[in-house]
Amino acid sequence: MEHVLRAEGLRRHFGSGPSLVRAVDDVDLAVAPGETVGIIGPSGCGKSTLLHLLGGLDRPDGGRVLLHGRRLDGLSETAAARVRRTAIGFVFQAFHLVDELTARENVELPALLAGASPREARRRAEHLLGRVGLADRAGHLPGMLSGGQRQRVAVARALVNDPPLLLADEPTGNLDSAAATEVLRLLAELRREGRALVVVTHDPRIAGAADRVVTMRDGALVDETVLV
Amino acid sequence: MQDVVLALLAKEPSHGYELRARLQTALGPLGDELNAGQVYVTLRRLEKAGLVDVRVVGQSDRPDRKVYDLTPAGRDRAAAWLTDLSWERTAPTEFHLKLTAAAASGMADPVALVDAQRRALLRRLAEVRRAAFDQPPGSAAALLLEGASLRLEADLRWLESCAAHWNNRTDEE
Repeated sequence: MEHVLRAEGLRRHFGSGPSLVRAVDDVDLAVAPGETVGIIGPSGCGKSTLLHLLGGLDRPDGGRVLLHGRRLDGLSETAAARVRRTAIGFVFQAFHLVDELTARENVELPALLAGASPREARRRAEHLLGRVGLADRAGHLPGMLSGGQRQRVAVARALVNDPPLLLADEPTGNLDSAAATEVLRLLAELRREGRALVVVTHDPRIAGAADRVVTMRDGALVDETVLV
Repeated sequence: MQDVVLALLAKEPSHGYELRARLQTALGPLGDELNAGQVYVTLRRLEKAGLVDVRVVGQSDRPDRKVYDLTPAGRDRAAAWLTDLSWERTAPTEFHLKLTAAAASGMADPVALVDAQRRALLRRLAEVRRAAFDQPPGSAAALLLEGASLRLEADLRWLESCAAHWNNRTDEE
């Protein structure tokens, strides 16, 4: 079976000598199509660094990342950016929406960057905002939205180029319990529709909704729980 | 179980089958292991203890059935149970002592025990959340499952603190 994502011997170290930090240390991870993998572990264990390496946002010091069997780590910055736009959706703890753009424009942006026509980008954005329950907020600036609504806009944006893989870094980390539940429900829907999902999280509810949970400690994957 | 059955009878006299159905509605999937026999055995015990009265009611189209009602003593006990503030003791104390003993004796790696416990609790949490997903929102059964889920979430968070604590201890040695 071809994996959506595969990491082999992945390594990322910071600093040197006595201050060397092995943020990611010889990590192997394979994600099957449609699989949801939760990555849990204490703060500073390297989870976010690992997610950045998996998504090509950072380059490893060793090992490789394969996206649908093709190497992601060796690509030029331009080529990597192109892959990130179309093949991977990102959701971050701090939403990372553009404050000056409306919800609809934020969702449209990656579609336009990937070459969609303005009309097509608009169509997809409206559809996705409807899906995340924010059709009536499309014209709002992020500052006018609650945290939960902003994160749902961010999920819609992550989906606008219909990527087979979604990477999320603490998607409920900045949300209160009710807003986290909304995001959780959304992620469960994505799982059911067969999108592969890798989620770094402290939230046991997200971990409990995954197909598989891996535990990271001191840069290494040390434990695994299969939930289905 | 006796107290629960008494409290259910406080609403109105009822027969065994109906009591079981009401229990199952309240418990949802967590009441699956409850069988009809348990309810009838409990009712018989309560009857012997003088806490319920039985009356046989004839039915024209079906066999007669027994209708149970609270005696005054039964009503007193149900009232006492409802206002009793005891709360089930939580598991962590024993687990905490296991980790302490494992580290002190060297018989097991506390971090490995935490990992095993996390796997078990994650599986339970996944089950509870799947079960909750199947319940109509706002139902009594969904409320009970929410409580189960929140406790498991708290335990899982605490396990991360345990992992950090014992992992650091191991590093220092």
